[in-house]
Amino acid sequence: MNLILFTFIVLLGFTSYYFGRKKAYTIQSTKKRLTALPQFYGYYLAIWCAIPAFIIFSLWAIFEPTIVKLLVLSDYSNQGYLDDELNLIYEKTKALSRGQFTGEITPFIEASAEKYLSLRSIAQSSKVVIVLSAIIASVAYAYKRISSNSRTREPVEKFLNAVLFTASLAAILTTVGIVFSLIFQTIDFFKVIPLFDFVFGTHWYPAKAFVRDSSEALDPSMYSDTFGAVPIFAGTFFIAFIAMCVAIPIGLMSGIYLAEYASYKVRQYAKPLIEILAGIPTVVYGFFAALTVGPFLKELGTSMGLEVSAESALAAGGVMGIMIIPFISSLSDDVITSVPQSLRDGSYAMGATKSETIKRVIFPAALPGIVGSILLGVSRAIGETMIVVMASGLAANLTLNPLESTSTITAQIVVILIGDQAFGDPKTQAAFALGMSLFLVTLCLNIVALRVVKKYREKYE
Amino acid sequence: MNKNKEQLLNKRYKAEQRFRLYGQSAIFMALLFLTIFIFKIFSTGYSAFQKTWLIVPVNFDAELMMLDENPTKQDIEDADYYEIALQSMWNLDPNANEDQQNQLKRMVSYFFEREIKQELLKDPNLLGKTKEVYLTASDDLDQVFKANYPRDLPEDQRRVSDYQLKIFDQLVANGNVESKFNISFFTNADSREAELAGIASSFMGSIFSILVCLMIAFPVAVLAAIYLEEFAPKNRFTDFIEVNINNLAAVPSIVFGLLGLGVLLAIFQLPRSTPLVGGITLSLMTLPTIIIAARASLKAVPPSIREAALAMGASRMQTTMHHTVPLSMPGTLSGTIIGLAQALGETAPLILIGMVAFVNTIPGSPMDPAASLPVQIYIWAESAERGFVEKVSACIMVLLGFLIIMNLFAQIIRHKFEKKWS
Repeated sequence: MNLILFTFIVLLGFTSYYFGRKKAYTIQSTKKRLTALPQFYGYYLAIWCAIPAFIIFSLWAIFEPTIVKLLVLSDYSNQGYLDDELNLIYEKTKALSRGQFTGEITPFIEASAEKYLSLRSIAQSSKVVIVLSAIIASVAYAYKRISSNSRTREPVEKFLNAVLFTASLAAILTTVGIVFSLIFQTIDFFKVIPLFDFVFGTHWYPAKAFVRDSSEALDPSMYSDTFGAVPIFAGTFFIAFIAMCVAIPIGLMSGIYLAEYASYKVRQYAKPLIEILAGIPTVVYGFFAALTVGPFLKELGTSMGLEVSAESALAAGGVMGIMIIPFISSLSDDVITSVPQSLRDGSYAMGATKSETIKRVIFPAALPGIVGSILLGVSRAIGETMIVVMASGLAANLTLNPLESTSTITAQIVVILIGDQAFGDPKTQAAFALGMSLFLVTLCLNIVALRVVKKYREKYE
Repeated sequence: MNKNKEQLLNKRYKAEQRFRLYGQSAIFMALLFLTIFIFKIFSTGYSAFQKTWLIVPVNFDAELMMLDENPTKQDIEDADYYEIALQSMWNLDPNANEDQQNQLKRMVSYFFEREIKQELLKDPNLLGKTKEVYLTASDDLDQVFKANYPRDLPEDQRRVSDYQLKIFDQLVANGNVESKFNISFFTNADSREAELAGIASSFMGSIFSILVCLMIAFPVAVLAAIYLEEFAPKNRFTDFIEVNINNLAAVPSIVFGLLGLGVLLAIFQLPRSTPLVGGITLSLMTLPTIIIAARASLKAVPPSIREAALAMGASRMQTTMHHTVPLSMPGTLSGTIIGLAQALGETAPLILIGMVAFVNTIPGSPMDPAASLPVQIYIWAESAERGFVEKVSACIMVLLGFLIIMNLFAQIIRHKFEKKWS
């Protein structure tokens, strides 16, 4: 139904465009000068057709469900139901009207379902009537305006400008959405668990909060010593550290080699090949780490008489490091190539070898940019999810032994939120609190890194 | 004195060579990882494109099937196939005891009834006759036939019994085991049984999510890029938008999953586990990537084009829409494709919005529950059965294939259609 209406409105828009343009030609034929190109007359009418339709559609989408719900539930208003029970009744009513209800059908609910359906159909038909009359009215008004040959280009362009501006707000809206979705759950979480326990507690055991009987009342003392995030934070930074131990030397050296030594041909092939590593989905790395690297390290360890967990931090961190190599190599490559040639020439003229030039002149000059690229790599390592979920452990051990298993923020979020979630449960909220801390940490890293890189770019431009 | 100098020089040259070697070995290491990686995936995955069939003689006994004489098509459709299916498996070893008969039955997939039924539906004249029918082998025997199974393990640690192996070896010796191209891997939905599991459902889920993502992210991102590059005044607000976009591009993907969960599912009450929600979440993630690419390609259009249009009397909007934007399209499109390729490989946010649910139907619209290819990889990788390992690798090969195609496409667009300004 909505689709048909929508198509019809689109067709109406095209028709109004056609009529607008035609009007322009008639004005032109009376030897009057047009104020804009003929198609602007068409656009003008089409916009006047689209705006009311859009406004009414969105108003309907926002208000129709609430109003219908209010009207349906008004039958139950003075029978002393709780809000939750009313919601349940309403859900049952909706399911019944869709024919998907499987439980026991009471006459009450049946009556409500009928009422619901009739209200929906009233709403539907009134929507059609209102939309169409609004469109006709607004198009007629606009048509009158263009017959007096008033301006059309300026309003059309202003409208387009407004559309462009709205689109550019999408980025801000997304950020707001992220903060919004995280902050309420996080605040609720810290109402039950003190912030101090979360930041400085050393026991992370959310499953304890999960096994409780749902009929039991919330008992805050039960949660003490369950949500101490220190092991998680430590695990996150530890795995990121291992990853950077792999990624920084390899990434940086390949970046330097590609920028300074490699012949055109080597560069042409090696650079895209290394960048393939960045294009491989992380779940594939996770599978690789869990299936190949983990067991390999375990076997290697056993042959050397070491106790290695199959889900060691080393396996996850090492594979993560491989993933980050291309980020560091191509960013530092860019940074090094943008160091001015005059610095190199000066150093060569003093008799320095190539490697001395790189180590003593180019590297210091490029350092801010390189630090920026490493920080971006760290932020990626901290936020990486699938590798740790699949290859590192899920139990949060507080350890600094790379051969044992540890857990990270991202892995814990996935573990908690996989499957069905009950909003309002401290365990679910804990995931959002972890998400909040992840967001804040990566945000700081990103802002610092981007600023450093930008400052550096400006210096040599 | 002179000798000392020479020594010093030699030392410096050696250091030079060493440094060069470090660089070469770094590149070599990176490429080595890539090779091992691809080799490992291909060597474990290629066998999943073959499927093992047991060729078993089936007697289409009308009596056992509870069919009267001259049955109609509907009768054949409704007949009982379980008995004849069971019989034909038991006939592989007429002396089998009850336990062994059970083991015989487990040598094929639980689909065997339906496969026999298909055979009869294809040719109703078979009724009362015996025909050799291809039956899907169980995933363990499939692995045995592909020599991926450790046969020398003690029996109690294997899922295949010695008895099953004996019968299977007899079948192999008689040429009654055949390996054919695994079509069902591409046409079946997910299944708990490795031999029947396919990627059709997750593939459609991926396609729908990417389409939703494209339909939302592309227009919004292009419009935003046009505004920021061509119209936005230089002030604090536009700076703020810019900082926002750059930050969003580096926010971990799992945070977008939390956004989808907390806003799209909890507040807007959109249906869980659907490609619609997945696509919206992914579109928020790809948005900054496309905006950055589109801005870069708008910036690459030389100002002389704009000035020429303005000099001919075009308005700024006309200049942008008729000249700048069309010229920037190749770069924008290739950036979009790269962004979509990233979105296609994304797993974590989709897990959070519930696209990990076990789906054994093929979704027909973005509103049906579905998985996606990377999530399917995750689901299968977490399964314990041996048969899933090769499926995971095969699924990875399919996913990588798509990513390669998309990236090549982006390259072609860039090289073929992008105008070089000199």
